[in-house]
Amino acid sequence: MSDAAVPLRSRIWAGQVIPVVVVVAAIIAIWYAGAVWLNAPWALDQAGRDEVELSATELVADTWSQERPVLPAPHQVVQDLWKSTIGTRITSKRSLFRHAWITLSATLAGFALGSGLGILLAVGIVHDRTMNASVMPWVIASQTIPILAIAPMIIVVLNSIGISGLLPKAIISMYLSFFPVVVGMVKGLRSPNKMLLDQMHTWNASRSQTFWRLRLPSAVPYLFTSLKIGVAASLVGAIIGELPTGAVAGLGARMLSGSYYGQTVQIWSALVMAAILAAALVALVGVAERATLRVMGGR
Amino acid sequence: MVQLIGIAAVWLVAWKVNAWVSASGNSRISRWLPPVLFGVTVLVVWELAVRVYDISPVLLPAPSAIRVALVENTAVLWEDVVQTFFRGALSGYAIGCGSAFLVGILVDRVPFLKRGLLPVGNFVAALPIIGMAPIMVMWFGFDWQSKAAIVVLMCFFPMLVNTVQGLAATDHMQRDLMRTYASGYWQTLVKLRLPAAMPFVFNGLKICTTLALIGAIVAEFFGSPTKGMGFRISTEVGRLALDMVWAEITVAALVGSGFYGLVALLEKRVTFWHPSHRH
Repeated sequence: MSDAAVPLRSRIWAGQVIPVVVVVAAIIAIWYAGAVWLNAPWALDQAGRDEVELSATELVADTWSQERPVLPAPHQVVQDLWKSTIGTRITSKRSLFRHAWITLSATLAGFALGSGLGILLAVGIVHDRTMNASVMPWVIASQTIPILAIAPMIIVVLNSIGISGLLPKAIISMYLSFFPVVVGMVKGLRSPNKMLLDQMHTWNASRSQTFWRLRLPSAVPYLFTSLKIGVAASLVGAIIGELPTGAVAGLGARMLSGSYYGQTVQIWSALVMAAILAAALVALVGVAERATLRVMGGR
Repeated sequence: MVQLIGIAAVWLVAWKVNAWVSASGNSRISRWLPPVLFGVTVLVVWELAVRVYDISPVLLPAPSAIRVALVENTAVLWEDVVQTFFRGALSGYAIGCGSAFLVGILVDRVPFLKRGLLPVGNFVAALPIIGMAPIMVMWFGFDWQSKAAIVVLMCFFPMLVNTVQGLAATDHMQRDLMRTYASGYWQTLVKLRLPAAMPFVFNGLKICTTLALIGAIVAEFFGSPTKGMGFRISTEVGRLALDMVWAEITVAALVGSGFYGLVALLEKRVTFWHPSHRH
């Protein structure tokens, strides 16, 4: 059946764009409704003190424009986001771009360190029997340990030996992005089957030749999958790493100071900024993945 | 210099023993002994380094000191586990995974929702949801309810995506066979599709065990009553009592691995038919 034979309506219905748009619209609608529901008690209380009666429309308008709402309406978050990014000089302490950059730089440093270390460890595990037997179980077991819990300790200990700023956060990011890369990379380096390995043997390939020409290329798809998980994890690590330093700078600090002073809109705009960063980073890895696979003669 | 050589020698000898053990056949022992040996070696080298170089306990306490802290503070540590794990993480885990499972079945029934919600779910699963923790603490107060709430949020989407993927795991032949038996939607669901979905469901459940504990601990950094693992870690770090922090981390690691192990054991029981569990 050709495309034209399918009616337009069912084609749109069967696509992915419309359902996603509908779901997102529903989420925003629920958000607005939730803002009314959660902010109404305060608005009613306030009106009760001033002894004025609120009409339904006034009540709704009030719940969507409070200064410290329980749940800010989406447009308030967008406004705050706009004000603190485009509307503020980038050098200002209120600029969200500046905070985002601080978090992003720690994320990228940690991600680079973590994936580099992860790849090296995976190569070691695949090539050395002892390392495979003794280290690999610990790598897997460490996934079940809530590693984020030690973030405050790492920050404080490194601070007390004079290391502060970007590096402690980067180390936490490294810890988080390192495990998915090891596991994915080991799986990838082991993915060539017996036939392919035997073929390399019949060509009298050395271990390093087998590695560079067979194992590494076949590990690339696995690597990119785990890099996507790793980059999202290292952003979480950088944000958590900013909490115990006393809320100086960065997206995590914006969240913490927002929760201290009840600035809910500030928390939400930091949260949205973090979400944008995460999406952009994962998308960027995706672009790199497609480009690499194309260069390699893409499948 | 002499001390450094000594420590390096201990490491090398242990590594050689390990290499010998892991090379000697494929028996049961040669599978579990190397990781144990490796762990013990790390502990011994750690202890030696701390003693020989006289590293301040404020930086890195020795394993023996951590053990002492563990034994001396059992009551406090247990109280923290009850507060954070049993009240916060476990209730949130049950609610989050349970509701995601039910929503997953519903989503699977409605193709429109499936196409719309799955990409959104995949997107949300990559977001730093843990950043919602301060908001949850504001909404639900300092006690365990706010921790359970953030755990629900963190577990929901990974579990949803896995459930929906699992329900799609049966192939046409199997479903056609069910139809020739004249079985309806519910019968097919209960007797074919849910069992087939179990490997995916357990994958989601296993991912969520770690997320649950992390969520509950990190949420306590934003405010908690005067007990709980996250509270203890952040306050003891502030007092520079690092042996206590390490004791708490040990407990967190034990609880986390125990929880994961329990779910993995249950998986083995339920999905005994799956190729990865047959020998």
